[in-house]
Amino acid sequence: MSAIYILWLRELRRYVRSRAQIAASLGQPLMYLVALGFGLGPVFQKAGQGSYVQFVAPGVISMTVLFSSIFSGMGLLFDRQFGFLKETLVAPVPRFQIMLGRTLGAATVAIIQGLLVVVVCLIAGFRPVNAATAPAALLFMMLIACVFSALGTAIGSVLQNMQGFQLIMNFLVMPMFFLSGALYPLNNLPKLFSIVTSLDPLTYGVDGMRTVLLGVSHFGAALDAAVLVVVAAVLLLVGSRLFSKIEA
Amino acid sequence: MIKVEKLVKRFGTFTAVDEISFDVGAGEIFAFLGPNGAGKTTTIKMLTTLLAPTSGTLEIDGLDPRTSAMEARKRFGIVFQDPSLDGELSAEENMELHGIFYHVPRKLRLERTEQLLRLFELWERRKDRVKVFSGGMRRRLEIARGLLHTPKILFLDEPTLGLDPQTRNQLWTHVKSLNETEGVTVFLTTHYMDEAERVAQRIAVIDHGKIVAQDTPAGLKRSTNTESLEAAFLALTGSTIREEAANSADQMRQFAKMWSNKR
Repeated sequence: MSAIYILWLRELRRYVRSRAQIAASLGQPLMYLVALGFGLGPVFQKAGQGSYVQFVAPGVISMTVLFSSIFSGMGLLFDRQFGFLKETLVAPVPRFQIMLGRTLGAATVAIIQGLLVVVVCLIAGFRPVNAATAPAALLFMMLIACVFSALGTAIGSVLQNMQGFQLIMNFLVMPMFFLSGALYPLNNLPKLFSIVTSLDPLTYGVDGMRTVLLGVSHFGAALDAAVLVVVAAVLLLVGSRLFSKIEA
Repeated sequence: MIKVEKLVKRFGTFTAVDEISFDVGAGEIFAFLGPNGAGKTTTIKMLTTLLAPTSGTLEIDGLDPRTSAMEARKRFGIVFQDPSLDGELSAEENMELHGIFYHVPRKLRLERTEQLLRLFELWERRKDRVKVFSGGMRRRLEIARGLLHTPKILFLDEPTLGLDPQTRNQLWTHVKSLNETEGVTVFLTTHYMDEAERVAQRIAVIDHGKIVAQDTPAGLKRSTNTESLEAAFLALTGSTIREEAANSADQMRQFAKMWSNKR
């Protein structure tokens, strides 16, 4: 148990010390919020959908958690590169605990990042419609963080070098973001496209966030949460299997 | 302390380690010498549970690293060929992490951390992040860390690679005194013959995955009729330069080196 704790603490220590990374990772959500929120705002309003900043904020928060947790999870690659991974591989600690400690650490970092973006959104004019359900947003952020930290760790266990990182970003992470409904409503989409979006786990995260923050729902919060819990459990299992197979 | 019999490791059709057998007694300093790609690191990886052997038997302090990996891991400390510290953490935090991994009780951990950091002259810098340390300081910290859980065996895989003569000298002095005071069994690999001659009681020379000679430094010189260990080594392994294919891990190391130099 203490090994899980110290690995979790390690992720936090590393995060707190990388101020440049914190600042940089806030830039992207801010860009989406400002450029899309205010740029597309008038069009969105004319279509009778209300405020776009209001609509896109839960999406931008989810995106932050997605990027941050995948990135932290894949921190495994940096550990491989800078050698620290070996120290954990020869330690008398079951691999599952190591994987869990890292994943929980990555998830915690992602949630902190998400909360920072919540503050940015509030400053930009975002207002949750229902103050009573708003804290439930934290629960959805945690679920999103768990799903994608586990995914990041799983990918990090398989990739051998940094070249694969760009590949994953371009062909997995970006599509997951764009297909999640973070930027557009899921109603009245073309049939095929709608099916694709429903296969993206982030879709349920974004929908859950919107349900609790805006009171607008596509699938319903219960289904959203259930899907995320199942996907997180599966990815944790797959991830720890892959992680336990690493040979140095 | 270490018992290896007919150990084999194949990667596909390539045999990296080919039926090697040797014994290392408790409290002994044993050097494993060989040209690049001879199978030194592969052997260490098998002994330290990082790689599963293809066949043969292995024993670490009476334990089979394959079936009792967790127990075996508690018995040894290892200093890898390339760094394995977390540069973003301080020296002290790296020690803390290691101590917790190896279930060292908190009080003992703090005592030993101070004792070892003082011994390796790092105590004043314990709060500094490892990324600002010099190569010699990092190596010393790695060794201090490897000793934190009072292992019975210390594996040193080319511990002095890239260090200046002063640091090398200091490092071997420490290793020798640890061997004498704490009775740690040391298994080391190196390219520097003078080092092996200075510290090791017995030497095994490995080439193309096979052990070609195994003796005391003096015995090796006698049997090859040479003046120095270097000449004995060349007599045993020939003077052709070995090409070692870079695997992805090596490429990563190269990349990591480029990165760390830039900063």
